[in-house]
Amino acid sequence: MSTRLNTGGHRIDRSAPVTFSFNGKTLKGYRGDTLASALLANDQMMLGRSFKYHRPRGLVASGAEEPNALLGVGEDGRFEPNQRATTQEVFNGLVSTSQNHWPSLEFDIGEINSKLSRFFPAGFYYKTFMWPRSFWKHVFEPVIRQSAGLGKAPQDADADTYEHYYHFCDVLVIGGGIAGLAAALAAASGGAKVTLLEQGPMLGGRTLVDEDPALAAEIAGMVATLQAMENVRILTRCMGAGVYDHGYVLGYERLTDHLDAKDGPRHRLWRIRAGQVVTATGAIERPLSFAGNDVPGVMLASAVRDYLVDYGVSVGDRTVVVTNNDDAYLTAIKLVEAGLTVPAILDAREGGAGALGTLAEAKGIRVLKGHGIAKVKGRKRVTGVAVCRQTGEGAVTEEIACDAVAMSGGWSPVVHLWSHCGGKLLWDTDQAMFRPDATRPPRGSDGEAFVRVAGIANGVMDLDAVLDDAVAQGLAAAQAVGQAGTTPADLPALTARDDRPTEPVWLMPASAKRDLRAKAWLDYQNDVKVTDVQLAAQEGYESVEHAKRYTTLGMATDQGKLSNINGLAILSGALDTPIPQVGTTTFRPPYTPISMGSIAGEARGETFQPLRRTPMHAWHEANGAVFEPVGHWRRPYTYLRAGEDKHAAVEREIIQTRNALGLLDASTLGKLIVKGPDAGRFMDMMYTNMMSNLKPGKCRYGLMCSENGFLMDDGVVAKWDEDTYLCHTTTGGADRIHAHMEEWLQTEWWDWDVWVVNATEQYGQIAVVGPQARTVLEKLGATGVSNEDFPFMTFQDHVLAGIQARVYRISFSGELSYEIAVPAGQALALWQALLDAGAEFNVMPYGTEALHVMRAEKGFIMIGDETDGTVIPQDLGLNWAISKKKEDFIGKRAQLRDDMARPDRWKLVGLETLNGSTLPDGAYAVAAGTNANGQRNVEGRVTSTYHSPTLRRGIAMGLVLNGPDRMGETIQFNKVDGTTIPTKIVDPVFYDKEGTKNV
Amino acid sequence: MLILTCPYCGVTSEETEFHGGGEAHLKREGPGSDDQAFEGYLFHRENPYGVHFERWRHVYGCGKWFHAARDTQTLEVFGTYSAQVTTPPEDLLAVIRDKRPGWQWRDLA
Repeated sequence: MSTRLNTGGHRIDRSAPVTFSFNGKTLKGYRGDTLASALLANDQMMLGRSFKYHRPRGLVASGAEEPNALLGVGEDGRFEPNQRATTQEVFNGLVSTSQNHWPSLEFDIGEINSKLSRFFPAGFYYKTFMWPRSFWKHVFEPVIRQSAGLGKAPQDADADTYEHYYHFCDVLVIGGGIAGLAAALAAASGGAKVTLLEQGPMLGGRTLVDEDPALAAEIAGMVATLQAMENVRILTRCMGAGVYDHGYVLGYERLTDHLDAKDGPRHRLWRIRAGQVVTATGAIERPLSFAGNDVPGVMLASAVRDYLVDYGVSVGDRTVVVTNNDDAYLTAIKLVEAGLTVPAILDAREGGAGALGTLAEAKGIRVLKGHGIAKVKGRKRVTGVAVCRQTGEGAVTEEIACDAVAMSGGWSPVVHLWSHCGGKLLWDTDQAMFRPDATRPPRGSDGEAFVRVAGIANGVMDLDAVLDDAVAQGLAAAQAVGQAGTTPADLPALTARDDRPTEPVWLMPASAKRDLRAKAWLDYQNDVKVTDVQLAAQEGYESVEHAKRYTTLGMATDQGKLSNINGLAILSGALDTPIPQVGTTTFRPPYTPISMGSIAGEARGETFQPLRRTPMHAWHEANGAVFEPVGHWRRPYTYLRAGEDKHAAVEREIIQTRNALGLLDASTLGKLIVKGPDAGRFMDMMYTNMMSNLKPGKCRYGLMCSENGFLMDDGVVAKWDEDTYLCHTTTGGADRIHAHMEEWLQTEWWDWDVWVVNATEQYGQIAVVGPQARTVLEKLGATGVSNEDFPFMTFQDHVLAGIQARVYRISFSGELSYEIAVPAGQALALWQALLDAGAEFNVMPYGTEALHVMRAEKGFIMIGDETDGTVIPQDLGLNWAISKKKEDFIGKRAQLRDDMARPDRWKLVGLETLNGSTLPDGAYAVAAGTNANGQRNVEGRVTSTYHSPTLRRGIAMGLVLNGPDRMGETIQFNKVDGTTIPTKIVDPVFYDKEGTKNV
Repeated sequence: MLILTCPYCGVTSEETEFHGGGEAHLKREGPGSDDQAFEGYLFHRENPYGVHFERWRHVYGCGKWFHAARDTQTLEVFGTYSAQVTTPPEDLLAVIRDKRPGWQWRDLA
């Protein structure tokens, strides 16, 4: 049984009991407990089922590296799956549930997978779910989906809030163990601005567990010194999540996860720019690969020690220690000192341990040198171990009854943060570990190293050398940012332990037979066994990156924390290639998963992105507008009246506008002013048409192409005066076209005397559209606006309702139409005046859908509908807008390519279904025969399709093979149900072909 | 996330304030160019693991385009310079020669 001891546990406050629940059971813990320690204290050994084989799993570790104890935590809007029990602190009311089992944790159907494990080898999915193809949709996919993934996605919107902090410092120290504290003291001593991040709630690290308790006071002294320094900031419960280019670091601070009351933001994402980064992230203990090393109760030796010392929790009365190094002896000694039983230490090394070995034997602990575990007994928890010689195949020499196994395969420096941004590693054969290669560091913008690694994370495993290394790295970091420092006084004195060297043990026993290897786990989280990696190697996955993907070793949240070295070593053995040549997989940020909420920060709901509003936006909101997003703008799609649906509203708006008078808020239309002595020359390069010969006061419809020749924007250009042009762009194109113009002006024709201003938001623009448009203008005070005095495609300045306005007589609907531009601040007043003056004609505003239908009725193209980045103006019958006189314009050379001139390009036509129905958007015209892939040949597609209330039938435009030459021909458009719609090719102008209305 | 210095306004800022604009010093090929030259201008780009010359725009700042010389492997920035040149300044090339002996980029070395 695992249980809480009566004494010990420096992290918990026994005077502050806490109540929480696990799978509906109410349990007690103490303030300071992690969920893991509190569950262990309640004898909850089994905490979940494994990913693939649904084997019972319990805690392996005590920190961020925990692979198994991933629980659902919280309820409703605060539910989150896959939370590590080892890093989640308990609080009153915490609700936790185990994952990956059905129907219950204790009894699970999926466990059959474990019995069938011979049939689920590495690459099982790739090998099995291939044929027949038709099984994919109805058999394989539903089955895989049912069993895929860990945990359940939350169903409710996140009830918490999150925030981002921007932070700058000279030296960022990551890791609040003794090395981090010493490095911070050294770095800060000369005045450098230092920030220290510690992922856990407490500073001091493993020293508090492993060393003389008297050191706690000295560490508290170091912390107090740091806290007293004005240039130092310490953040606990804040993980260094990732290190990125040029000293950019993400810190992930958990503000309320440990609190009973959840006030304020839950997580804070620190976006840090550091001059120098010192990572003092310590090391993670490695498991050993023996059969049954995943049975609940088999834990890392350091974790057993942590639960005992930090939380006063015993994992079991009888713990067998199995190791290839001296450090695990410390666990045995601490257990015995706490009154618990250690039936044996199994040391795989023939020579046994150094000073700690002597101490252990002095305490009466039986040490079996050259021995290991053949097999762990027990299924849902450890009941004993079968002992064998380490050399050999696993013949059992004796069985030892026990409740827990504390294993240690040596230590791996936490090199993740060093590696995130390109720091390279070297294999240290003597210590059997990868450690940072200081000659190949991540580099900053100046080409100099910006990450340094301190202490054990740097592969400095001798305790007496750790502080020296940390101080040296701290000072070097300070120096690199121009802040000299001094070696801090009064650092604790640490003595080396006189350990005997770790001997690599990658498999226990060394020549384990297949039945043992097939139960020896390398990656608990992804259920990868020794045999899986060996099979991958055998099947030719020789690259470590390939073997990783084939077996899933070290993928997902593990990121190589526990599995990496053991897996590499097995692969290295299978390939008969030394570990450094096999190499390591890439460590990717974040170090452990961070919440999606913290990444989003405040950017959710209304603050997700800025909203652009026209001067009339509030009026639209108050008058039934249904908005649609157009870029960052919100434009009214239509204006609903009582009892109407959207379809009816759009019809009403169109009929009213065609018959009398409608208003459109056109303020979102891009308005770029191009000015200067070379403006005409520049306009001629930007547009396919000739613009320089436009007379002041006149307007011209223009097309803009990319250098690739494809149509990218269109709009009406007005020549304000001899060297000033106003370019109307599409709503979504304004910023892009402005940037396009700036790019050419700044990078190609920088000697041209031209300036471009994006004046889109400076003007409110209102289209007054319909047969009564002129009358309304006159009512507002305009004179001389007859068709002759104020012809189509010209503009004039008028004072309307007392407002100085520039009136463009242009039309996107085919109706008599004026687009009136006024300073944005006066647009709403003009809008109101137009509504008042138009009341006698039943004036009403219309939205973007009516605009679209009316332009389609007239056969006007819309950028983004008729164009998709592969369409040239010639495809759309717009040759008339392409100058033949100009020597050059953007896109001209590209349009001379063979492909642009080939005769079988799809070209724009109008489309009329024979039965009057409306074609589905995006439908393809099918042709005879099939292509090389056995798909039906196609000969065209729909680009715009609407029901025309004016014509009372469906109308459409589309691009069709040789379309303009096939007028009157009937072709077939497909529907998703497999049937086709006979459709006649017609002229794209459906309405008022003669232009009688725009007079 | 890189840090770059805009040579126009002098601001040193995060990459999010800038916008990358691809390879630097392309020579525009207009009407009259042959297909091969035009193809090279439109589609062929350097993709070095090492010294590279790029165009950037200080899009959320002064709005100006500029050039950057940078190492795509180590992320070292050798320098930024005016957009209104057709080749990198000689003093910058000297810096690169010093730091990366034997480097080559298009016809620069």
